[in-house]
Amino acid sequence: MSATSATARETSGSAAAVPVSFRGVGRAFDTAGGTRQVLRDIDLEVQSGEIVAILGPSGCGKSTLLRIAGGLDRATEGGVSVDGTPVTSYDPRSAVGFQEPRLLPWRTVAGNVALGLPRGTSKAVGREKVARLIELVGLAEFAGHRPREISGGMAQRTSLARALARNPGVLLLDEPFGALDALTRLKMQDLLLDIHAAAPTTVLLVTHDVDEALQLADRVILLGSDGETPGADIRQVVVVPGARPRDRGSAELAELRGRLLDGLGIDRHGVARGIESTTTIPHYPF
Amino acid sequence: MTDASHTALSTGAAIHDGDAVRVAVNDGTTSIAAGREASAGPETPSGRRRLVDRRWFRIAGGAIIPLLLLGTWQWVSTSGLVPLSQLPSPEMVWLAAVDLAERGLLGLYVAISTQRVFIGFAFGGAIGLALGAIVGLSRLADVLLAPTLGAIRAVPSLAWIPLLILWFGIAEDSKVILIAIGAFFPVYTIVSASLRHVDRQLIEAGRAFGLHGVALFATVQLPAVVPSVLSALRLALAQSWLFLVAAELIASSMGLGFLLNDSGQNGRIDRIFLAIILLAVLGKLTDSVVALVERWAVRRWA
Repeated sequence: MSATSATARETSGSAAAVPVSFRGVGRAFDTAGGTRQVLRDIDLEVQSGEIVAILGPSGCGKSTLLRIAGGLDRATEGGVSVDGTPVTSYDPRSAVGFQEPRLLPWRTVAGNVALGLPRGTSKAVGREKVARLIELVGLAEFAGHRPREISGGMAQRTSLARALARNPGVLLLDEPFGALDALTRLKMQDLLLDIHAAAPTTVLLVTHDVDEALQLADRVILLGSDGETPGADIRQVVVVPGARPRDRGSAELAELRGRLLDGLGIDRHGVARGIESTTTIPHYPF
Repeated sequence: MTDASHTALSTGAAIHDGDAVRVAVNDGTTSIAAGREASAGPETPSGRRRLVDRRWFRIAGGAIIPLLLLGTWQWVSTSGLVPLSQLPSPEMVWLAAVDLAERGLLGLYVAISTQRVFIGFAFGGAIGLALGAIVGLSRLADVLLAPTLGAIRAVPSLAWIPLLILWFGIAEDSKVILIAIGAFFPVYTIVSASLRHVDRQLIEAGRAFGLHGVALFATVQLPAVVPSVLSALRLALAQSWLFLVAAELIASSMGLGFLLNDSGQNGRIDRIFLAIILLAVLGKLTDSVVALVERWAVRRWA
């Protein structure tokens, strides 16, 4: 792990984490029958180098919020600023990792990573950086392969390397591991933590996976609607204790998981059954 | 072992230790090779290709029906079932070809027809590419141009001929323009439609990495439509031969269409057969060349 961290530090070089602030962000979409409010009154300050997970039921506007932060969508109310300057359109300080790898099928893995290099990177510097990033995500043997020749997990790592090639001040990840199998997802989470430990950029991570949020984030933002006002806002902010990497089986995290699942409207079953068991199951001495 | 599991392995391996990397990576390579075989379809697990995928069989198999037709033709024309004035024998057609070649006309006709097709195809294809790109990329151009071009496309090819002859005379210009019209529309239609349907997610990814305008076009949109541009060009080439005959049938003094028309008026059925066979062979040959380029492009860009 230490070897990887060293590589990541060299690779990131000039990347400086920047703060992101959301001020009264709202987004309404025009529909056939008028407008539909998706997000409202989102106020959030993300510190430099912080990892913030955005959690919420599907369709609540998590991705929309992330896209607004990346300049791929526009807020209808309020606004987002990165390092103090408002985001209007595509912002060179942020890099996006999508849920799908979205690699160009006619380019090799290396060619796709090179797409992320900032404009004006010289060829030699670019080539070296791409090689290091590919090494970092463990794809050195596959640099010359086309996206259709590699697995979904490898494609997603390529996509992550492409985002890192930007030297992003903010890394915006939209359910980046959502389409991967459980085991690959855990490995990818560790990889992301290694990268972050070596070069602490600010990370905004949209996820539907409570465990992933607890494993990765400093804070978890729970989006949701109160059922009366249209549109989702921030329902809960959970500060996750403990330094990363965290024990996946810790009791403290299990308690937080229960709270977040409650917030998502999922019945956690555990508490009710526990109470029942103490009253109905006979214990020693009988 | 699934792809995903060895991905996980190699991720871990890359982070933790060198030996495991080798194992995981080797594993990855073999399973990818296996995947390619599976996706290639025709290859059987033992590596033997099925008969219909062998090169020699494809060539020999394609020749079976033409040879059968030639044999039947020879038999029917010599048996007297059909009078020779309706169906000349293959030998008569061959002699007609030799006769025309000796007078220096065969080469001239083939050359002039091919030249007209190539020039018309080049102009029509190039203009089709340009307008197709403009209409496919710009919503404004789509609103302004698409209805008019659609209406022009609806005009049957033969309807242009009297107008073109009045405007440009019966020299080369009118014929080349007619062929260019024929080549233009398939290219224009397919290029504009395929540009409009380039994967939005890829375009958005391109935008997210700072590409816009010409750079976005060159990096994402253009490579994405290369295979469809080539099939459009292939279709346009076939249209060009079609429009060539239309152009040459009406007003010309040489070319394969002229040979057809002239022979029809003089009752030279052997030459009619010759012209038809030449058109078939030339059309197929030029199409095969573009098909080769198309296959390369699909491998390279898709």
